[in-house]
Amino acid sequence: MIKLLEARNINKRFGGLTALSDVSLSINKGEIYGLIGPNGAGKTTFFNVLTGAYVPEEGEFVFNGSELPLGRPDRIVARGIARTFQNIRLFREMTALENVMAGRHIRTKTGLLGVLLQTAHTREEERLTTQRAYELLKYVGIERFAQTLSRNLSYGDQRRLEIARALATEPRLLALDEPAAGMNATETGHLRHLIETIRNDGVTVLLIEHHVKLIMGLCDRVAVLDFGKKIAEDAPGEVQRNQAVIDAYLGGAHHAR
Amino acid sequence: MNNLSQAIPFFGKRNPKLALIILLVLAFALPLVAAIFGRTWVRILDFAMLYILLAIGLNLVVGFAGLLDLGYIAFYAVGAYTWAFLASPQFGVHLPFWIVLPLGAAFAAVAGILLGFPTLRLRGDYLAIVTLGFGEIVRIFMNNLTHPVNITNGPQGIGQLDPLVIFGLEINRDLQITDTISINSLFLFYYVFLGAVALAVLLIKRLQVSRVGRAWAAIRDDELAAKAIGINTRNLKLLAFAMGATFGGVAGGLFSAFQGFVSPESFTLMESIAVLTMIVFGGMGNLAGVIVGALALACLPEVLRSIALPVQERLFGAVYLDPEILRMLLLSLAMIFMMLLKPEGLLPAQARYSRIEHLPGMKGSGQ
Repeated sequence: MIKLLEARNINKRFGGLTALSDVSLSINKGEIYGLIGPNGAGKTTFFNVLTGAYVPEEGEFVFNGSELPLGRPDRIVARGIARTFQNIRLFREMTALENVMAGRHIRTKTGLLGVLLQTAHTREEERLTTQRAYELLKYVGIERFAQTLSRNLSYGDQRRLEIARALATEPRLLALDEPAAGMNATETGHLRHLIETIRNDGVTVLLIEHHVKLIMGLCDRVAVLDFGKKIAEDAPGEVQRNQAVIDAYLGGAHHAR
Repeated sequence: MNNLSQAIPFFGKRNPKLALIILLVLAFALPLVAAIFGRTWVRILDFAMLYILLAIGLNLVVGFAGLLDLGYIAFYAVGAYTWAFLASPQFGVHLPFWIVLPLGAAFAAVAGILLGFPTLRLRGDYLAIVTLGFGEIVRIFMNNLTHPVNITNGPQGIGQLDPLVIFGLEINRDLQITDTISINSLFLFYYVFLGAVALAVLLIKRLQVSRVGRAWAAIRDDELAAKAIGINTRNLKLLAFAMGATFGGVAGGLFSAFQGFVSPESFTLMESIAVLTMIVFGGMGNLAGVIVGALALACLPEVLRSIALPVQERLFGAVYLDPEILRMLLLSLAMIFMMLLKPEGLLPAQARYSRIEHLPGMKGSGQ
């Protein structure tokens, strides 16, 4: 097993609240890794720290062999980590195609002068960006909405578009924050299929999810967070039987303190 | 321009080429028609062209990148004063326009970055307040930079500015073709300004449909998501401020050359607001809308004023409402009605940031 991402003793505090306390975990190349836990356990905070939205007080991430720059989202994306959001965040006034094209930003180079002078290189890159974006829409299955404003897409398609936009940055690790939230059974089934396809195409997936069936069926390994601490990390079946996890979810001794 | 020609009702979309030709002919013939009603109207059109230049520059900042700027006129001032410093008897420097205009644009761009840096974390109302302050600071500087060394000549302003000379042709003077036929300099200025507007539209269009334009739109629509796909929001916001300011700077230089005189009172907050009004009126984010809005709001008050004055005299035997008051009244009324009837502006934004012809085998919309 080759480690793709290793989080070492991540600590994140907001004033008096410790959102993440000494969280260490490692994700192997090519796996689907689930991150679960009750509401407020620190899952999304972990995402935000990993992708540079927040800077942790202590700890470090080693990604693909070297340390990640903390608090620098653009450089982290360039290194190959892309994310989606729990509450969908698309570029509302842009079409689906343009959303994905915007996602190509970090992998394209055209600068101001190239744009103003419309050099041959600029035009070629623009053409390639459009085509690549269209291919990605096809990949997630919403190419027929290429010219639709993203805000007019259905909920499920917006989720897909967000994934396509994240994939446009050519990530090695795709971090999905509750992608199945608000989806019906059919949509969840399609999503599951999509995530498996993404993994089979060589992208490692980190998944926050409440949907237990999805996690259990999809993930190779699962970590459980509770009150900012990692209380378990194992195969899904093992985690289900873990007493600490059961306590955390059902309110056992842990909460009775 | 394409997008503007397509806004022509009925056949604009069906026959874009014809529409574009009609548009160019109209733009070319406009001052000739206006001249029938008097020279003043050509002058008003000249100013309208400058306002268009300002409006499309400000639209880049507000409409594309979503950064509400209430001090935009400061960049106009920087461009205008650059001309006044480098092409007038004030310091005895007389540089040609092809040095002064780019320099004015560059200074304005630097001013844009200076404004951008401290405001990077601000959005919406807060950004508006700071930019408003910035605009006032620049104007107050222009007013007071007279001690210990007299730089700006204070409220008196700087006069006797050098005329605009392009390839040996002096735009500020009537062009004598034969002894009896001459072209008034107001016309010459109109065509120079029209050329500047056309160039600006071309450049803005290129920016809009590009990696840069999409990054701006992304920041406008959702800054957090823009960061999450790796856009360096700091650099791109600074670039938006700088680019917007550049257009303001060029407009300012042209304004100086046109007037032959600059003073701080041309650069008040009201002017910033007037330009913003044009954008909102026309349709923020949409280039065609912005141009229509600027043209309409620069000309309509003048038209109504020229009607209102004789009407007042006919009815009451005297003029009760001063023209300047009337102008503000009409602008405000236009805004109120616009917000009630069509809040998105005359031509709502349908700005596109991609070219569909890049997709072979793809036609029209998917839905």
